[in-house]
Amino acid sequence: MRIDVNAFLGAYPFRRVPGTSPEQLLGAMDRTGVDEAWVTHLPGIFWRDPHEGNAWLLDTGGRHRRLRPVPAIQPEIAGWDEVLRVAVSARAPAVRCDPTFHGIAPSGAAMRKLAAACAAAGLPLMLAVRLEDGRQRHPNDAAGELPAAAVRALIRADPALRLVVTHADRPFIEEVHFGSTPEEARRLWWDVSWVWGPPEDHLQTLIGNVGSDRFVFGTGQPLRLPENGVAKLDLLDLDEEARAAIESGNAGRLRGPAR
Amino acid sequence: MLIDVHAHFLHDRTPRADWRERNASRLRAGERVGITFHVASILGSWGHTSPTYFPSPADCRYGNDRMLDLQREHAGRIRGYVAVNPNYTDDALSEIRRCLDAGMIGIKLAASRRADDRLLDPVCRLAAERGVPVLHHVWQHRRRDYPAQEASDARELATLAGRHPTVPFILAHIGGGGDWLHSLPLLRAVPNILVDLSGSGVDGGMLEACLDAVGVERLLWGCDLTIETGWAKLRYLEYLLPAEEIELVRWRNAARIFPRGAFPAD
Repeated sequence: MRIDVNAFLGAYPFRRVPGTSPEQLLGAMDRTGVDEAWVTHLPGIFWRDPHEGNAWLLDTGGRHRRLRPVPAIQPEIAGWDEVLRVAVSARAPAVRCDPTFHGIAPSGAAMRKLAAACAAAGLPLMLAVRLEDGRQRHPNDAAGELPAAAVRALIRADPALRLVVTHADRPFIEEVHFGSTPEEARRLWWDVSWVWGPPEDHLQTLIGNVGSDRFVFGTGQPLRLPENGVAKLDLLDLDEEARAAIESGNAGRLRGPAR
Repeated sequence: MLIDVHAHFLHDRTPRADWRERNASRLRAGERVGITFHVASILGSWGHTSPTYFPSPADCRYGNDRMLDLQREHAGRIRGYVAVNPNYTDDALSEIRRCLDAGMIGIKLAASRRADDRLLDPVCRLAAERGVPVLHHVWQHRRRDYPAQEASDARELATLAGRHPTVPFILAHIGGGGDWLHSLPLLRAVPNILVDLSGSGVDGGMLEACLDAVGVERLLWGCDLTIETGWAKLRYLEYLLPAEEIELVRWRNAARIFPRGAFPAD
């Protein structure tokens, strides 16, 4: 079983990306042995009202049961709490918010309200540090990357909040993990998509220092090749139990009740 | 056969206390991936006693000596590029001669001097004379001067390659930072530049764009600092391409541009 917690559907506004339809994503999942993908409506992240992409996303999830919708929430737009209720009733595995892309304070009052609401609803909140390498972004794609300080602030904001952070590298993960109490750190999960393998062995080091129970399989596809996540795991020295936890076990415990 | 055309090793006079572990990790991961040859360079002292991209001649010599040691210790697995700083022309030329005579198979130019600068011409004339390729560090679309390096982009490398049409130039790490979509159209009409696929970038659509821009016969497989991204790109290419074309990317294109006999099967 392999669950990709970090996948997208729909066009990317800053360059042409192949394979963004549900059918093409399912094909890529078949190619790389991914059984289930948590998907977000990619163009919606860049819309003034990201909620407008969620209806299509939920409908797509209803038609393709391997695709689990992760609706986007912008907590400074009125009605966001209704989006959260719909996500809960649709049994979404998580909701996401990308504050720097929405132009809102990453750990400001609105984000803290969203964090508290997600905690109350028992739904993990997903945040991406980045979507593309900062060195190649479109000149007009000027949104900042998610600061590690914001993740530390949010995890402290509510004792029941669970955060899934994608596209983080080793320094980011270490800064937040060791900048949190053990109790706070147990409510943080990191996807492996942006963590380097050998010869630097960042992922191997993190699994040793932070623990395999804190990592989930994620790829960032179709913006990034899903083969990268699998290759990264194949290069680890990891027992079967730890690998299974990263590939699906940890995500399985995170998500809401299976449909 | 699988040739990584863009690898690096460390040594005892670099800032890295874990240099042995990193070197061992590269070889261990290479075994898992099936890398037959790591074609590698050492950029001086990697910043320990002179800047990585502006290495002193003494640091170049020490790094190249360690590279030669590695090539001797792992004769069936490692080949070397001689790394030089072209600002020190006489040193660079003598160092290239010394290291090629000792068995290295290519020249590495990083970011000590812009690629289109005439100061690189003597190095490239020597590459032509000795029949070796030049691997040139490239920032894909340099929009400004970045700190600690005098980086070049594809346009500047294309200017250099145009002045030296018999030398194969390897455009370094198309996935290694910067806008690869800017680089690729510039390479279409410069047949002596090959594209090294290494780098941490594994963008969807990048490999298709490479194939469209330069064709499968000008693609070289490599990893640079992240072996998993190299393996991922190889796996995806195996899905995209027929078996005979995969062989070109895996090793045949590399065997074509390095000196005959550099690899046992070429």
